[in-house]
Amino acid sequence: MNEKKKLSSGNEAIVHAAIYAGCKFYAGYPITPQNEIPALMSRHLGSIGGVFIQAESELAAINMVFGASAAGARAMTTSSSPGISLKQEGISYIAGAELPAVIVNMVRGGPGLGNIAPSQSDYFQATKGGGHGDYRLIVLSPASVQETFDLTVKAFDLADKYRNPVMILGDGLLAQMIEQFILPKQNRKITNQKKTWALTGAKNRSPNIIRTLFLKEGALEEHNLMLQNKYRLIEKNEISFEQYLTKDADILLVAYGTMARIVKGAVDSLRSQGIKAGLFRPISLWPFPSQALKAAANDKQKLLVVEMSYGQMLEDVKLSVAGNVSVEFLGRAGGGVPREEAIIEKVKTL
Amino acid sequence: MKKIFSFPKSLKKVPNHYCPGCGHGIVHRLITEVIDELNIREKIIAVAPVGCAVIAYDYWDFDCSEAAHGRALAVATGIKRVQPEKIVFTYQGDGDLAAIGIAETLYAANRGENLTTIFINNAVYGMTGGQMAPTTVLKQKTTTTPLGRGSNNEGPPLKVSEILAGLDGVCFVERNAVCSPAQVLKTKKAIKKAFENQLEGKGFSLVEVLSMCPTCWGKSSEEAVKWVEEEMVKSFPLGRIKG
Repeated sequence: MNEKKKLSSGNEAIVHAAIYAGCKFYAGYPITPQNEIPALMSRHLGSIGGVFIQAESELAAINMVFGASAAGARAMTTSSSPGISLKQEGISYIAGAELPAVIVNMVRGGPGLGNIAPSQSDYFQATKGGGHGDYRLIVLSPASVQETFDLTVKAFDLADKYRNPVMILGDGLLAQMIEQFILPKQNRKITNQKKTWALTGAKNRSPNIIRTLFLKEGALEEHNLMLQNKYRLIEKNEISFEQYLTKDADILLVAYGTMARIVKGAVDSLRSQGIKAGLFRPISLWPFPSQALKAAANDKQKLLVVEMSYGQMLEDVKLSVAGNVSVEFLGRAGGGVPREEAIIEKVKTL
Repeated sequence: MKKIFSFPKSLKKVPNHYCPGCGHGIVHRLITEVIDELNIREKIIAVAPVGCAVIAYDYWDFDCSEAAHGRALAVATGIKRVQPEKIVFTYQGDGDLAAIGIAETLYAANRGENLTTIFINNAVYGMTGGQMAPTTVLKQKTTTTPLGRGSNNEGPPLKVSEILAGLDGVCFVERNAVCSPAQVLKTKKAIKKAFENQLEGKGFSLVEVLSMCPTCWGKSSEEAVKWVEEEMVKSFPLGRIKG
């Protein structure tokens, strides 16, 4: 089969990507705005020899993913903000046990039950760990349906490569918007390293143990140091970002995900009015592209961070430029989305 | 001369960390004897609980995963569904299986997951120092029921085996005890049956084992055995409940 042009939502692209990437296990619990994902997974996963389970709760879903991954399968769960909060327990265990897993968060307004409108208010939770303990998820932030597909495929590969959970951080807008994307040929060769650590039965080898408990004196610290070394390696290898008209820009706007789409529109409008604006878009939110952003911001007059939150990525931007350039902020949350006109107006006041 | 008794192959020869008079060591051993007899050690994937038995893998010589408190049957579901040819079992205490994990337990059982669960009921949270468990019996004193469990405050003990036996997905439920040699042998027979059911693809099997916790009960080993025989069985009658 040749590559195919498809018209689909972000949610559908997640399903296409998971199947293309060789996902063989999915467990989830209903929550808006990501319900198309479990619905489509239930329809398609069985036909490729995979397993779909509608779990009794988010807790059960993430722990089923823990089990499936421990047994060697490529496994995924998806949810939206309140559901992701419930999954944090399991995510901490998955990170501690060094199991690969892909977790999708189609972020909605919070705190609490919030609403079902798009938001970027889960940035702290996604990029700083989220559950208990010193751990990191690899966090990827797509800005289009095509990129949702591409990054989800990549997420499965990275999860296996580093034995680490990877989160796709989308939002309600990305989940629901429909765009064209290219579905590659289906006969993808999955670059699965042999999972010698997986639970497959202790045949002709000593038993494999999946654990997060380390009681012996010093053992947990040693385990943590090993995790930290892995995180440093990920920081070295897996940073990704996009720069749009940044070279000659006076004003550098920083935004991620669907927010960056709107900011890009604002940058074009500003340019047509003679204001030299540019966009820096982190794609990997953890590891955060600090050095690249610092370099891009070096000769700029001002930075403007735009988020669907009250300033979460803003903190990482400030840490990256470390006071070298002044950083302004524009943000709305709780379902509010900064509009192109508001961004243009804000830039003009800088 | 014919050898009729030996150390189980699936049990590691290491010192035991459990308190004197604790029932875990007995049940650990029974499981390994059954696994050896069925010749399934190389197909076994165990899921250990949060509780005193969390490091069961220090004693068992086969593949094993930990699970978060109460989530053992969700983890086991994930394992078994992607490796249906393997023999997967959970080993869980009363707090793990019947309090924090009651939803995972109920739903794995109701889905008829082809799994085996060994459920250790010692009427107390042992690892954390003796708090009330879902199976603490009425009037039993624990660190969090200093006046004894009350029927209209904490409510009566939860009879999980009876609840699970009412579900269509469950094929076998039996309650046993490890308070005497005769009961230990009955427990082993039930554990064997629960593994055989999985080998035959019959669905969810659970063996509840009334077990001693002299340390948290504030009793000697002898008193603890007697308490199971004379008191605990009044709330948790022994025998086959289903299958």
